[in-house]
Amino acid sequence: MRKLLSSKWLKVLVFLLCLVPVGLVGWRALHGDLTANPIEFITHATGDWTLRFLLITLAITPLRMLLRLPELTRFRRMLGLFAFFYACLHFSTWLVLDKFFDMSEIWKDVLKRRFITVGFAAFLLLIPLALTSTAGWIRRLGGKRWQALHRLIYLSAALGVIHYYWLVKSAVIRPLTYAAILAVLLLYRLIAWLANRRRRAPIAQHVPQPL
Amino acid sequence: MLLRKTPDLTYADVTPRAVYLNRRKFLKAMGLAGAAAAAGEGLWKLGSPSQIVHATTKLTGVVKGPYCTDEKPTPYNDITHYNNFYEFGTDKADPAKNAQNFRTSPWTVSVEGEVKNPRKYSMDEILKLAPLEERIYRHRCVEAWSIVVPWVGFPLNVFAKLAQPTAKAQWVAFESYFDRQQMPEAAYAGIDFPYVEGLRLDEALHPLTLVSVGMYGETLPPQDGAPIRITVPWKYGFKSIKSIIKIRFQSSQPPSTWNRLAPNEYGFYSNVNPNVDHPRWSQAKERRLGEFLKRNTLLFNGYGDQVASLYNGMDLKKNF
Repeated sequence: MRKLLSSKWLKVLVFLLCLVPVGLVGWRALHGDLTANPIEFITHATGDWTLRFLLITLAITPLRMLLRLPELTRFRRMLGLFAFFYACLHFSTWLVLDKFFDMSEIWKDVLKRRFITVGFAAFLLLIPLALTSTAGWIRRLGGKRWQALHRLIYLSAALGVIHYYWLVKSAVIRPLTYAAILAVLLLYRLIAWLANRRRRAPIAQHVPQPL
Repeated sequence: MLLRKTPDLTYADVTPRAVYLNRRKFLKAMGLAGAAAAAGEGLWKLGSPSQIVHATTKLTGVVKGPYCTDEKPTPYNDITHYNNFYEFGTDKADPAKNAQNFRTSPWTVSVEGEVKNPRKYSMDEILKLAPLEERIYRHRCVEAWSIVVPWVGFPLNVFAKLAQPTAKAQWVAFESYFDRQQMPEAAYAGIDFPYVEGLRLDEALHPLTLVSVGMYGETLPPQDGAPIRITVPWKYGFKSIKSIIKIRFQSSQPPSTWNRLAPNEYGFYSNVNPNVDHPRWSQAKERRLGEFLKRNTLLFNGYGDQVASLYNGMDLKKNF
């Protein structure tokens, strides 16, 4: 298993799998099968996959710890960048296809429509993470600071789910499903963090005292 | 015999030790299974083709009706595969799939309440009440998309003439058919069923207000409200209630499903109005299905000449 996870080919395979959703949208576009409202279809498909990739990315760390498979970390950056990739597609669909660069409309939407405000914020938060995703930037920032910065993904994912929840008219089950999955993934981190702190606490108390 | 008896299950087999010993793991497992299921469902939906053909019957003796727009009707395939009919699922493509076997026969509509002649009408009777007219109307959804539909039907006031509302009748209430067995998806819609709607009496009697029994010269496909629905072209689409079984004349204002769910977002009147935004999105423009750029939304959906006088002296921002 660990050998398989370390293989170069698996990484290539995962990369190709991550392209399947956009490939299917493209395939449907070629066949003129993007429903009666293609722009809405593309917007929803890319938005859905942004959320899914954010959740998959956030699932890597808990999975790695539970299964004791540190090799899984190899896939985290790629999955996170795919979340950003789908977010870019989603954002540009809105900007170009839906609003057609109507800047006044766009700003009105961003400021007035709260589901767009939070969605826009969620997208902006992903940009520094994508930019600093390279090994060079980890070195430049230092592991601790880099990690602190990349915790923004929690906020971005939460805002993304709220964006979806505020958009739907009444069928809240799907946004709530995303919310539940995100809650489990974040709760795991909280519990792991608390457990870790408790384990370390006694050591901290054993500071040598002057006699 | 090569069949082997399965060994007796021990208690430990019921719940894997690792799982029940570790709540965190269990929670995680749920989270991951959920993520995997969500991703899987999404892939399945993206990959499956979306065309479904429905059996409809040609309606005979249809005459050209008044108030027809000369705009190009939206293709039949789009009108039948892009529907809001939450009883059959909340995705636009759901009703076409899930309403395929909807039973629309036998069907009766009860006309009742504050009327001299309450009566139940069968579909056979309804189709003979008045000459069937083709009415090509614009249809504007509250979600800011629009279509042009060549409906077939007759004015709702035909029913009123037969039923003879009394002086007490000031409002008209409508009710959709609802059957949990035939509409299992309704459980996830987030709204209460049966779907109900209502109009003021003068709106209901207006010659634009239609009882639709068909479109494109044929009976309605189930996802578009078969076998009989109301069409009110100057109001947002959700006012045009589908698959009705009851028309009730009454003295009090009837409830309306979306208004009941979110009164700040969906008014009782819900006249199409580009100047009154939905709290979550603008109503100034709309996307006509099949067009790339959005077009401006018209006050009363372009039927102001006919219906604006119904609302003289009314604050349309307040009574949205």
